[in-house]
Amino acid sequence: MATLPVSAENLITQFGPSLNFPPMQGYPGRDEPDDVVKTHCCFCGMQCGIKLLVKDNRIVGFEPWEEFPFNEGRLCPKGVQRYLQNNHPDRLLDPIERVEGKGFRPIAWEAAFERVVSEIQRIQGKYGKDAFAMLSGVSLTNEKSYLVGKFARVALKTRNLDYNGRLCMVSAGAGNKKAFGLDRGSNNYSDLAHAEVVMICGTNVSETFPTLTHWIWQARDNGAKLIVVDPRLTPIARTADLHLPIRPGRDSALYGAILHQLIKHDWLDHDFIANHTTDFEKAKEAVKDYDLEWAERTTGIAKEKIMQAAQWWGAAKTSFLLHARGIEHQSKGVENVVACINLVLATGRIGKPYCGYATITGQGNGQGGREHGHKCDQLPGNRDIENPEHRKYISGVWGIDEKELPGKGLTAYEIMEAIHRGEIKGLLSICFNPLVSLPNNNMIREALEKLEFYACIDFFLNETARHANIILPGSLHEEEEGTVTTAEGRVVRIRKAVNPPGNARTDTSILLELAKRLGAEKHFGFNSSEEIFNELRVASKGGTADYFGITYKKIEDNMGVFWPCPSEDHPGTPRLWEDRKFKTPDGRAHFNGVAYREPAELTDAEYPMILTTGRVVSQYLSGTQTRRIGKLVEQYPEPLLEIHPKTAARFGIKDRELVKVVTRRGAAEFPAQLVETIREDTVFIPYHWPGKKSANQLTSGHLDPVSKIPEFKVCACRLEPQGRPAPSPAETKAYASA
Amino acid sequence: MNTTTFRTDQEFFFDPQRCIGCHACEMACAECETNGQTAMIHVDYVDRFLSTQTSVQVCMHCEDPVCAKVCPADAITKDEFGIVHSANTARCIACSNCVQACPFGVPKKVEPLDLMMKCNMCYDRTSAGKKPMCATVCPSGALFYGTREQIGRNRPNSSPVNTFRFGQQLVKTKVNIMMPKGATELVVDSE
Repeated sequence: MATLPVSAENLITQFGPSLNFPPMQGYPGRDEPDDVVKTHCCFCGMQCGIKLLVKDNRIVGFEPWEEFPFNEGRLCPKGVQRYLQNNHPDRLLDPIERVEGKGFRPIAWEAAFERVVSEIQRIQGKYGKDAFAMLSGVSLTNEKSYLVGKFARVALKTRNLDYNGRLCMVSAGAGNKKAFGLDRGSNNYSDLAHAEVVMICGTNVSETFPTLTHWIWQARDNGAKLIVVDPRLTPIARTADLHLPIRPGRDSALYGAILHQLIKHDWLDHDFIANHTTDFEKAKEAVKDYDLEWAERTTGIAKEKIMQAAQWWGAAKTSFLLHARGIEHQSKGVENVVACINLVLATGRIGKPYCGYATITGQGNGQGGREHGHKCDQLPGNRDIENPEHRKYISGVWGIDEKELPGKGLTAYEIMEAIHRGEIKGLLSICFNPLVSLPNNNMIREALEKLEFYACIDFFLNETARHANIILPGSLHEEEEGTVTTAEGRVVRIRKAVNPPGNARTDTSILLELAKRLGAEKHFGFNSSEEIFNELRVASKGGTADYFGITYKKIEDNMGVFWPCPSEDHPGTPRLWEDRKFKTPDGRAHFNGVAYREPAELTDAEYPMILTTGRVVSQYLSGTQTRRIGKLVEQYPEPLLEIHPKTAARFGIKDRELVKVVTRRGAAEFPAQLVETIREDTVFIPYHWPGKKSANQLTSGHLDPVSKIPEFKVCACRLEPQGRPAPSPAETKAYASA
Repeated sequence: MNTTTFRTDQEFFFDPQRCIGCHACEMACAECETNGQTAMIHVDYVDRFLSTQTSVQVCMHCEDPVCAKVCPADAITKDEFGIVHSANTARCIACSNCVQACPFGVPKKVEPLDLMMKCNMCYDRTSAGKKPMCATVCPSGALFYGTREQIGRNRPNSSPVNTFRFGQQLVKTKVNIMMPKGATELVVDSE
């Protein structure tokens, strides 16, 4: 493989991203739909209930679903506009194959399958099974996530399967497993309602999980104090009682310093610590020197504010701590997470009403997708692929010899590095756009150019898929039955509303056909999504993420069921740990000693500014879907460099002037947006855009040593003002940047 | 027109402090076929340089609507439920008197249509017992449609206010704005 078959501009003309706007008077048939389908939004981990209006196999609009208990009809702009991804002019309607110098041409399914399978066999025959990797994504349902895990291990027989959850919340998962022996938010969000203190750490809730704002505001209406830790004054931070504007990458220092104060002032639950935890002494020892002066110097937060946070947290009778990518996307993501958990355990406020703790899982099925086996180290039920008993159990469910089950493989970023080194030669991907979403993407591009063969299953020709030899047109969220698990741990039903258009097929049927052609037909005799789910239930049985007692009917009857749910007569578990029986081997919750260490890349004379990245409310992740929806693009049309006016003055940067941002990995130009809502030592760029407008040209590939999550949130950069105004967003067309 | 299911116990409350600037209300409003993809509600930053604070403006449905009073063509009407209806398309002459006169800056002349358009509180929905679209989707509760009793219970620290003082002018509205507990009127411009 080499560079693109034709220029990116040429491919964009043909395959988009192009912008879909609804007609002025709406789509015909909206007033008299054939069907009103109660399902969920296809985007974030909130999985808001929504009703899709269907006319003639086309989604023509939406209605709020006010009965669904989490969002009660509430939606964000992405939810309102989600239906416009359906019947989008950019939809891939046929399999296509790369033609050198020409681009892509449609081919028949038979030819496409034949080519994919023969290339898999050729590469695996020549270089070994593991030289063919698979990358997956957690916009897939539980059924498809499970199927991908089984497909890669049983049909493709590779150990190198990983997924885009690796750049979502794997550090939170690893931290939760260390502390609790289980990876799920401990509470559902109704426990926010009467929490006295709500502390949200590194999460831009109002832009990334807008509908969660309601629950936080409800707590505030009931008198809660809101503490927000964020380098920027985000919309939720604006409303906080206490905003701690932390220097990016210093989070474990802050939580260590708060623990220090809890200990110093004896704001501790000694009974809980003694009876239900281990290793408190280790945690205490680690923070013994973290006094307020040290904390202020390290975190850049005024010591009075840190003290105030400790005091509120210490004195509260009820509380809820939430965190997300801000603390998790770091080379010490797991340490930040367990440092937060230490605060929860020290005060014993968990497993009781209005005493909560949770990571806010980012992707639509970020929770369920990380439980059932398309992670490189994992088997269904959140089992460990290196644990002999777990391997034996799953091999039994799958009807294979345990010796045939591959072991632990490389993580997502490491797979791209291995491709770059020439160790992995072939790739199959589904629902993952690493060229936009992985850090250091100049390296990612070089890696893609080195592949001998790349096949991609997707509904649009995303930026990464342009490098593929064959693209198999798959299905959207609303084109298959299934389930997803929300950030709360609630398993909900995804409904098929329409069939895939043209000759596109469901993702499931594509994977089943590939499995058959790879000679594994007998292990993939599924006739429906429900049959896959029923095998998943058995595969998860006895694991920590136990779905055995969950059926489609039970989900439908109850508008969702919270796992663990070990038997059909079990009601599910909205709040964990009420029984104080933690899932660690000793049954106790574990403190972890967290000695502070610096982020992987520090500022210096050459790169004096901290660069952090994140999201905006109108876009979702790598933008494969949302950069194609007209009004979402218009709302925030191009990535801007947020910079404090004092810093801008220091560098001679004016509002809307172009600034070249340079890191050790790349350079890119962005219009400056002067705002007092960011720290003076930090600049921010949202990452949803491709090509020359991609912030991930700049970010670093430093990984957390335990979870292998990349450090998107901290690196060092230099600012080079270009001394000229940026072109208008209409001229730049960032949504389709080459 | 069947108006029997319009629920007179339901009122519109908005709290600009709670606005998170997501624009879901605008997107949802524009979906209505009568709006032709134009939003009748508007969200904007107060001053992005200083803050992420946004605010939202929706038609206040005045008790004595000045937009209707200044309309030379009698194109704007208030109905029995207090809803001030958008310009009657057959009568509107696009003179912009209403646009100039509204103390809240609500009506907009839609240039391509050469027609004034404003919020009619989703009459197609509210007259069928449903909530307006914007207040249904608003994720932060900046927009709320329900009973006075519900808002009192849910927002113990705020009071609904529907009296506005613009200098000498006193304006009473159907739509309520949420103010700190105990407030009774909002003085917009005391001169």
